[in-house]
Amino acid sequence: MAFDEMNGDDGATREVYADLSDWLAATPGDQLAHRRAEAEAMFRRIGITFSVYGDEQGGERLIPFDIIPRLLAMKEWKKLEAGLEQRVRALNAFIADVYGAREIVRAGIVPEDLVLRNAAFRPEMTRIKPAAGQYVHIAGIDVVRCGEDDLYVLEDNARTPSGVSYMLENREVMFRLFPELFAKMRVRPVDDYPDKLKATLRSLAPATASKEPEIVLLTPGALNSAYYEHSFLSDKMGIELVEGRDLFVRGNVVFMRTTEGPKRVDVIYRRIDDEYLDPLAFRPDSALGVPGLMAAYEAGNVTVSNAVGTGIADDKAIYSYMPDIVRFFSGQEPLLKNVPTWRCREQDALKYVLAHLSELVVKEVNGSGGYGMLVGPHASRAELEAFATKLKHDPAAYIAQPTLSLSTVPCFLDNGIASRHVDLRPFVLCGADKVRIVPGGLTRVAMTAGSLVVNSSQGGGTKDTWVVDDESAMQPFPL
Amino acid sequence: MLSRTADSLFWLSRYMERAENLARVLDVASRMSTLPTEYSGTMNEWESAVATAGCATLFQQHREKATRESVVDFLVASPDNPNSILACIQTCRANARAVRGAMTAEMWEVVNGAWLSLQNIDFAEISGPELSRFLAMIMETSLRFDSVAYRTMLRTDPYWFQRLGTFVERADNSARLLDVKYHVLLPQSEAVGGGLDYFQWTSLLRSVSALTSFQWVYRESVKPWLVADFLILRPEQPRSLIAVYGEISRFLERIADLYGRQGESQRLARAMLGQLQNTPIDRLFQTGLHEFLGSFINDNNQLGSAIASQYLQ
Repeated sequence: MAFDEMNGDDGATREVYADLSDWLAATPGDQLAHRRAEAEAMFRRIGITFSVYGDEQGGERLIPFDIIPRLLAMKEWKKLEAGLEQRVRALNAFIADVYGAREIVRAGIVPEDLVLRNAAFRPEMTRIKPAAGQYVHIAGIDVVRCGEDDLYVLEDNARTPSGVSYMLENREVMFRLFPELFAKMRVRPVDDYPDKLKATLRSLAPATASKEPEIVLLTPGALNSAYYEHSFLSDKMGIELVEGRDLFVRGNVVFMRTTEGPKRVDVIYRRIDDEYLDPLAFRPDSALGVPGLMAAYEAGNVTVSNAVGTGIADDKAIYSYMPDIVRFFSGQEPLLKNVPTWRCREQDALKYVLAHLSELVVKEVNGSGGYGMLVGPHASRAELEAFATKLKHDPAAYIAQPTLSLSTVPCFLDNGIASRHVDLRPFVLCGADKVRIVPGGLTRVAMTAGSLVVNSSQGGGTKDTWVVDDESAMQPFPL
Repeated sequence: MLSRTADSLFWLSRYMERAENLARVLDVASRMSTLPTEYSGTMNEWESAVATAGCATLFQQHREKATRESVVDFLVASPDNPNSILACIQTCRANARAVRGAMTAEMWEVVNGAWLSLQNIDFAEISGPELSRFLAMIMETSLRFDSVAYRTMLRTDPYWFQRLGTFVERADNSARLLDVKYHVLLPQSEAVGGGLDYFQWTSLLRSVSALTSFQWVYRESVKPWLVADFLILRPEQPRSLIAVYGEISRFLERIADLYGRQGESQRLARAMLGQLQNTPIDRLFQTGLHEFLGSFINDNNQLGSAIASQYLQ
């Protein structure tokens, strides 16, 4: 049985859910259905859509939204927050070390070939020192819960994590739908995320920038699945949303083409992958990037955020070393657990994984978005066999993990209220000055009964996440 | 602002205006073609619709004869025609999606709404009885887009580039419309015209919604040179070339003021406006209406290029 965040292990309502549970019991189902229809109309009108790769129609779809909030008590959040900060600081120290002295390799903690022969390793970065020595400025660390005190990090998402616009729009829609719940429970706000992101990016401006650095968001364009988020964030931050063709490099300085002529750019919040950033340095066929960008980066004239080469920390084989990495750089025990991971590149591990395939989750070391992943317990015999062949062919490309029993929360579905499995993606901002985390994050829901796959590209939905401030004294609601 | 953003605003407005003008041309052609042949003048109405849309050559490559079915199909939704009404709305929407942040939510809703409703139309039957309703919907969309832009946009450079797109396109379309019919506007020429051209003149006015207003300005019956005067030189007629160029130069001046710099496009627009202001209608006929309109269309294109190289690239 999975841990239920409302009813715990024993069926008794957990304290943080007390008010919500009463409210759910008192609210008739048709009223919830009505509010859900309202929510959907709002999302459609705002046009929060995403496109799915490989979808024949190339359609723009709505992500399913569940109207029952997921709750975290302050105590739980503080613990998680501390763990996230520790984790992101360790990620940054690790990446700096990987492209620098490589002490962690010399100490024999992370194998050298896993670093140097990794597809995500960018040799260019051994010559480039990013501003303030920070690499991961925005991380979307996926956390799952398996019990009252069991928090696991599933993925670190240190490249270009997405989903924060859903976190913000979900809250906006919930405010409009359920003002009475917000009046009853003290929910910590998240809407200052764009401000915090802008402050983070500003703190990372290169030394050459003026006091008011020019920050832009670089998008692959309107056909990208996360384009809505790109335009949403640039709008909220009041910065230009640029495509590669809007930028050019002259004399190792990046400029954007404006109606008033070229304008110098200091910080690029890029939402395109490393390989596409600069056709002169990486994929020559990329039309999304900016020729010469890497030279400007190397000259210290521009900040690229996240830094180039952070994918090394996203590698799932590297992930398996994270507890040691945290200990090595912080000298402390990790506050968040890692999911036990078999590295198929190791012969014993491969043998075990092949023998227990039907119990395990197998993932590509470089994969993301739930693509190319096997969920053993839910796979057919034919799927298991096909995957075993792939595994034997290229073991180093895979890791395996036990099938975690993700916690469940109540969701409002067509047939009423039912439990569904969830994860949580908090967004961690790491600037030159400090780490900023808005309370909560994006809760992703596996909408199908029993399913453990929460990715939106695989039919997952989202819900609002409330960190309930149950510690400070409650002010009576003014009438 | 980003050049690409300005470019998209400029072009999405041009495409919206172009869709409206195509709808007007088809609407009038449809009406004219119902008249007995002796009223309809020398040219087949459907041929002149194709000529006005500026795609006569392309049309001849893909269709044998200009009939109601072939022309409506070609101008409304044919995949052979990159400037069909359908293609205009699609291009408009693609540009709008790329610069959503630069327009207001209301503008986006008009464009997106039009695009969505086009998904539900069976274009195989479009030349049938549904045509006039479809054309009315397109004209209505453009009117709403125009008024929503006017009512909701901040008066800064995005707004002026959006307006410029509308008016540069309108200048082109109005001049083209006149040019296709220039022969029926020539006074005292027996070779063309004759009494039956009355319907041609009124249809010209009708296609720019100016039939009633003509009566208010001239208070006499429709005469060809008065129609030309009205649609070219009367500043109070909002679609006349002179009125459109008044707007174009005004918007370009606003941009120049904001950026603190004049350029080629301001000079060109001023020169064109000056020329229209200093040309009496009889001189226009002496130099040749057709030649005048031809060089106007050409100059207007040049202004488009000047705006592009000064701001949009």
